[in-house]
Amino acid sequence: MMIFPRLFGGRTATATATAPVARERLQILLAHERGLRGQPDLLELLRGEILAVVSRHVTFDPEKLQIKMDRGNLVSVLEIDIEVPNSAEGWAVAS
Amino acid sequence: MAKVLVVTSGKGGVGKTTSTAALGAALAQMGEKVVVVDFDVGLRNLDLVLGAERRVVFDFINVVQGIANLSQALIRDKRLENLWLLPASQTRDKDALTDEGVGKIIAELRTKFDWIICDSPAGIERGAMLAMRFADEAVVVTNPEVSSVRDSDRIIGMLDSRTVKAEQGEQVQKHLLITRYDTGRAARGEMLSIGDVTDILATPMLGIIPESQDVLRASNVGMPVTLNDATSAPARAYTDAARRLMGATIPVLVPAARKGLMNRLLGRRAA
Repeated sequence: MMIFPRLFGGRTATATATAPVARERLQILLAHERGLRGQPDLLELLRGEILAVVSRHVTFDPEKLQIKMDRGNLVSVLEIDIEVPNSAEGWAVAS
Repeated sequence: MAKVLVVTSGKGGVGKTTSTAALGAALAQMGEKVVVVDFDVGLRNLDLVLGAERRVVFDFINVVQGIANLSQALIRDKRLENLWLLPASQTRDKDALTDEGVGKIIAELRTKFDWIICDSPAGIERGAMLAMRFADEAVVVTNPEVSSVRDSDRIIGMLDSRTVKAEQGEQVQKHLLITRYDTGRAARGEMLSIGDVTDILATPMLGIIPESQDVLRASNVGMPVTLNDATSAPARAYTDAARRLMGATIPVLVPAARKGLMNRLLGRRAA
C-alpha cells in the first residue's frame, strides 16, 4: 500500500511523522513549567526577607543565596543555600 | 441556575470567538437563553462573527460606567430569539473594566440568562483574567500544535488559581475543545493526535472540531457555524459539544478524514 503515496509524490510516513517529536518536547517543557507555576511570587518574597535577615549578621554576596522549592505529593522541600565567605580563621564573617 | 462559561485559550487565533458564537447559537437553538459577552476590549470581533456589527450602540464598558443600562447594551440576535450579545468597547481603554464592575454585570446577567458565555481575549493579561474571573465552567480551545497546547496548559493553571471559584476552594469545571483538527494529518503523524493532546493536558474532552472551509464561510457572512449550515461537519461537532455542556453523554468521535483526490480515485478508505 505504501507504494501509492511514493508514486504520487507523497513523502513516506517516517519522513513526515513529526508529531511524536512535538509530543515529547511538550511533555518535557510542560513538566518543567508546571513545576515553576505559582513559585516566583513566594520565592521572591522569601529571597528578599532572607537576604535582609542574614545580611544583618553575616556579610555575603547576594548572588550566593540559592532558594529552591521542590514540590512533592505529600510534602514540599524548601531548600535555602547560602554561601558565606570565611575569615582568615575559617569562621563566617560578621558584618 | 445560570452558568458562566469562559471560552479561553491563551494563544490567539485558535478559534475562541468562532467557538463562542457556535456554542452560544447551538445552546440557544436548544431553547436555552444565552448571552455571549465579548471581553476583547479594543479588538472586539464577536459582533462581526455574529453579523451584528452594525447594531452596536452601547457596550460593556458603557454599562460598567453607568452610561447605559444592561438592556440598552444587549443586542438580540435576529435569527435566534434566545441569543443575545453584549459587545465589547472598540475605543475605550481596557483598564476601564474592573473586577468589581465586571462582577456586578455578571451577577445581573445571571438573573436573566441560562448561559453567560464569556469570549476571552488572547493572552494572559487583564482582559483574559477578567473573562475567566467569575466562571463556573471553562472551554479551553486548543489547536493540535505545540504553542497552542503550551498556552492552554498555562491557562488551565490559571483557571485553577486565579478564578473566584478557585479562591473559594472550588474548581472551575474545565472542558477541552480541539479545533482545526485534521484526522488525515494526525494519522500520518504530521499533527498531534487527540490522544497526544488529552494525555498532555489531562482535561476532559468537550469536542473535536475538524479543520473545515465551512468555518470561514460562516464567518464571512456573519453566521454562527451551527446556524449557517447545520449539516456541515464543524456544525455537527459544535452542536454535540453544546449537548455535552447541557449534560448529555455523547461519545466524542474523532472526525473522519477527508478523502484526498488520489484516495477518491483509487476508492481507498482514508486512514
